[in-house]
Amino acid sequence: MRKLFSALVATTILAGAAQAAEVYPLDRATILTGSPFDFKVEFDKVVKPEDVKITVNGQDYKATLGKEVEFVAEEKNKEKVLGSAVILRGVTLAKAGDYKVEVAAGSETKTITWNVYGTPEQAKAKNVIFLIADGLSVAHRTAARIMSKGMTEGKANGRLNMDDVPPAAFIGTSATDAVATDSANTMSAYMTGHKTAVNAIGVYADRTPASLDDPKVETLAEALRRQTKKSIGIISTAELQDATPAAVVAHTRKRGDKAEINGMLFDVKPDVLLGGGSAYFLPQATAGSKRKDDKDYIAMFKDAGYTLATSKGELATAAGSNTGKILGLFHTGNMDTTLDREFLKKGTVSKFPEQPGLVEMTKVALDNLSKNPEGFFLMVEAANVDKMSHPLDWDRAVIDTIEFDKAIGVAREFAAKNPDTLIIVTGDHTHGVSIIGTVDDEKPGTEMREKVGTYAEAGFPNYEDKDGDGYPDKVDVSRRLFLNANNGPDHYETFRPKLDGPFAPAIQNEKKEYIANEQYKDVPGAVLVSGIIPKSADSGVHAVDDVVLQAEGPGAEGFRGYMEQSDVYKALAEAFALGAKQTN
Amino acid sequence: MNKLHPARFNRRQALTMTLGLVSGLPLLAAAGRAEANNDITFDELYGKVSVLGLEFSDKVKQLNGKEIAMRGFMAPPLKAEAQFFVLTEIPMSICPFCSTDSDWPDNIVVVYLGEKQTFTQPSQTIEVRGKLEMGSWTDPETGFVSLLRIRQAEYATV
Repeated sequence: MRKLFSALVATTILAGAAQAAEVYPLDRATILTGSPFDFKVEFDKVVKPEDVKITVNGQDYKATLGKEVEFVAEEKNKEKVLGSAVILRGVTLAKAGDYKVEVAAGSETKTITWNVYGTPEQAKAKNVIFLIADGLSVAHRTAARIMSKGMTEGKANGRLNMDDVPPAAFIGTSATDAVATDSANTMSAYMTGHKTAVNAIGVYADRTPASLDDPKVETLAEALRRQTKKSIGIISTAELQDATPAAVVAHTRKRGDKAEINGMLFDVKPDVLLGGGSAYFLPQATAGSKRKDDKDYIAMFKDAGYTLATSKGELATAAGSNTGKILGLFHTGNMDTTLDREFLKKGTVSKFPEQPGLVEMTKVALDNLSKNPEGFFLMVEAANVDKMSHPLDWDRAVIDTIEFDKAIGVAREFAAKNPDTLIIVTGDHTHGVSIIGTVDDEKPGTEMREKVGTYAEAGFPNYEDKDGDGYPDKVDVSRRLFLNANNGPDHYETFRPKLDGPFAPAIQNEKKEYIANEQYKDVPGAVLVSGIIPKSADSGVHAVDDVVLQAEGPGAEGFRGYMEQSDVYKALAEAFALGAKQTN
Repeated sequence: MNKLHPARFNRRQALTMTLGLVSGLPLLAAAGRAEANNDITFDELYGKVSVLGLEFSDKVKQLNGKEIAMRGFMAPPLKAEAQFFVLTEIPMSICPFCSTDSDWPDNIVVVYLGEKQTFTQPSQTIEVRGKLEMGSWTDPETGFVSLLRIRQAEYATV
């Protein structure tokens, strides 16, 4: 709409005039009082500094924004000059209210409005536990409930932990540059209160090619450090530099800047940091490193007082060490799925056999962080729900959803004893996945497609949990749930769980197009499914559908109805009273 | 279901295809099995794998600087003009253990060809012969960092 609207304005009102300048933060941005952000105006033409006129609520901007003005005469990309720019770094606005920003230079004009909000002086919650399953969609929840608890005559035989956290809001996840979205801009919206572009974290996406110079906004971790003495914990089954954990602390236009993101983690120094991605902690000379410099972040974190844990056993030891700071690195890359780690021993489990799970990591983090009388913020990410939904490996995605649910159980247990704790349960975006029935091996014939049961023919799946661990004893039962994506690359549907390792539906050919992975062609009954997205796509894509957010505890009333993903930050800021200095 | 294990499947496929096609492939036929002890597999690259770093196996250390043969899959070229390609254990896919930014797996080998050869389908098993080189090296043109390379290499499909 933005582009369409400006196009209309340009053609109908300002016929012949140049296109409008762009201003960051964007129009309708919501900004926490006192929270530092970078202000940038991008003019489409090269202008003279003396021709630039910028006012904020009618006053000259230099007085209102009060920071040194950097004027860039010519911003460039590889091909051409893009125009002039004005940049002010680290601006803060102390007073709540609407701020009308008017920009003009030559024929270019732009008027935008920000809303600056304050928070109550008193925090509602001492602690916040933010539990996020990456890509969590309704189908993951439903499948997790049925696989974990079973169903009889249409009623679930039990409830997940998440089933008792009240649903509070529908979250709109779209990016500033597209209706579709990814884990960088979505988590960034949660963690900064500003929407941004796909692949961006903690910044607005400007036009220059450099990824580390874009206009920054403050992250939740930075706000906590600025206003409180609370502890911060980050847990992920992904690499700790992956978009979701990164967005708690980082600023980059490109989520792929993982070596730099690792440095940003070090800058903020979350008190508990547990997950994968040790490759970005190792200096380049160490085999397995993914750095291109000699920085040894293992040594740097140790020097900063962290206890290092690299296995389940060491994590247990570190938990009892009382140092207050734990760095747990359990994989060079992303950690394995629960199905591989606990049951099938596939994936990379043979290389990293001592990986803890999300439940153990959550317990250790809560034990540690709760020692701080000032309280804490803990982000827990079940990363593999997304990482296994992309390759259409639904069994792995759902088993990790069950593990996520167990971590929610740990959080709720903590909150029961510590009622000043706000719990959020949500996803960052959704996937195009649905359950349409069952696959029943007992149905006649050899064609697997004919064994798909829909409507009354679906019956009920026959998963069992005889050992009562909450996970089905096996996923390859004779009548199992049939999950499907509404999109994907060319691939073979095998109608079966992938017991020998995560599904790799498509591989790249020399034209960089993804074609069905022939490895699955000869699985009995396999059916070739033609892709419906560009051939450059390696896997199923994110959906634009709303995310369900659940909340319970003090401050939960801040989450209601439809919310932009960035509005969630405002409710978190209110729960923590981040508009008020609490360090005295 | 066993068929789905990538490594096992690939080896089996490679074996079947070698038996069927060996006479049609001069490189392989000429090479014969005389150098079989200088064959190295992806499973044999690392002696120690840990969170704090990987360590090359004794076999890799012994074969450093020597002529070797190795089988794998050719990843699509990074750039059309790149002087090298990446040899991977399984056909380059989304790589479930990699992030969405298509990070490479740990166990890759960079191959610098002695003479230009046409690129082959990434789903095709190939055998690469050349001199094994161990140690960190940054490709001057692309900035691509590799720890293990095969230099003056040539390859054939198997």
